[in-house]
Amino acid sequence: MNDLITMDDLTNEEIIKLLDDAKKMLPAAKGDVYLPLLQGKVLANMFFENSTRTRMSFETAMKRLGGRVLNFTSAGSSVAKGETLYDTMQMIDGYSDVAVIRHPRQGAAQYSADAVKIPILNAGDGAGNHPTQTLLDLFTIREEHNDFENLNIMLVGDLRYGRTAHSLSHALARFNVNLTLVSPEALKMPKEIVDDLLSLGCNVIETDELNENIKHSDVIYMTRIQKERFPDEDEYAKVSGIYKISESNLVGSKENMIIMHPLPRVSEIHPSVDSTKYARYFQQAFNGIPTRMALLCKSLGIDIEKEVS
Amino acid sequence: MRRVTAICNGTVIDHIPGGQSLQVLRMLKLDSGRSNPISLVMNVPSDKLGRKDVLKIEDRELVQEELDRLAIIASEASVAIIRNYSVAEKRKVGLSDELINIIKCSFSNCITQNEREPLPHKLIVVNKSPVEIRCAYCGKTQEISEIPDYII
Repeated sequence: MNDLITMDDLTNEEIIKLLDDAKKMLPAAKGDVYLPLLQGKVLANMFFENSTRTRMSFETAMKRLGGRVLNFTSAGSSVAKGETLYDTMQMIDGYSDVAVIRHPRQGAAQYSADAVKIPILNAGDGAGNHPTQTLLDLFTIREEHNDFENLNIMLVGDLRYGRTAHSLSHALARFNVNLTLVSPEALKMPKEIVDDLLSLGCNVIETDELNENIKHSDVIYMTRIQKERFPDEDEYAKVSGIYKISESNLVGSKENMIIMHPLPRVSEIHPSVDSTKYARYFQQAFNGIPTRMALLCKSLGIDIEKEVS
Repeated sequence: MRRVTAICNGTVIDHIPGGQSLQVLRMLKLDSGRSNPISLVMNVPSDKLGRKDVLKIEDRELVQEELDRLAIIASEASVAIIRNYSVAEKRKVGLSDELINIIKCSFSNCITQNEREPLPHKLIVVNKSPVEIRCAYCGKTQEISEIPDYII
């Protein structure tokens, strides 16, 4: 299977190989060398929901590899006229070699994968999964800490609707980390995910306290409280802005602790943190390029190890 | 003690968990006003279950597809096909690994909620005891007690 719908589609060995491959892609990702491994191939970027980083980094990744990109947005397309996802994907099956899909409905990526023959890469389905974000998150953590074993990783914010937190926690649990899940009661990690993490043998602590856990952390992964996922304004107002990190919170942190964020941020991380040694969120956003280059190659059957010495 | 008279032809479902027989009728779509005669015994003492329900459905032999539905909420049930007042056949209730077009995913934001989407409703049986069912597309765990509301 060349689809990537959830992190369960990848074995631990495949994840590590993708991260190794992504590292080999770094010079090409920066544009220092040209590596046309996907020349003649077409990627369809199917965005039924807004995206900045994911869409652009997939586009850059494909272009850095010599491929071409079709960009689709649902506004103004046949979708606005009531076309089913099934029909839209049939069209794309004929127009491209691989498709990235983001959709507001959960399950849309798996549904698309069942509907077509070309590889489907899930770029976020509702509050479901976002595995390519997870790959770049893992890459970022590994670049700093070399390994995942026994790291203390704190996920903070909207763990209920935040799909990046869902995918990342699932993946991290497979690599023996200690997870601290920090969220208000209303935005706790869904029970089925916590059950999965525990059954993977992961140490999980659920709390609503941020500050007292900072000094133990190797990675602090902040997330935005997502206004668009709330059923009403009042519920959002109760929890928005509840967790904020500024430079002053970081006194006493571990030397090589890093702060990550899938971005966009609102007020969770104060700009004063940007210039500290802990900030990794912009580097993390860049890391989307090499990891997505590695993933596109894998989906299209290109073995980077063979191609890049 | 026999609480309901024997039936001549039809199906007897025994060992339904106490109080669940009305849900079973909904799962089997036998709860409409026009169905066959049905006798229902609820909450009688049972060695196996503590309390159990029994259903006797006249002039109707349940087919395997219906027994698969039954398994979702009454996996311990035993089913006997009655012909001419005696047990002609015992049928097994068994839960398949996949439920295709039997129930819909209950999650309001699942892609399958768009009724015009043509692919089949597909749920995966992750665990058989206790029964745990997840949507094959969105991955949501289904609330077993709500399943009769989502029967296709």
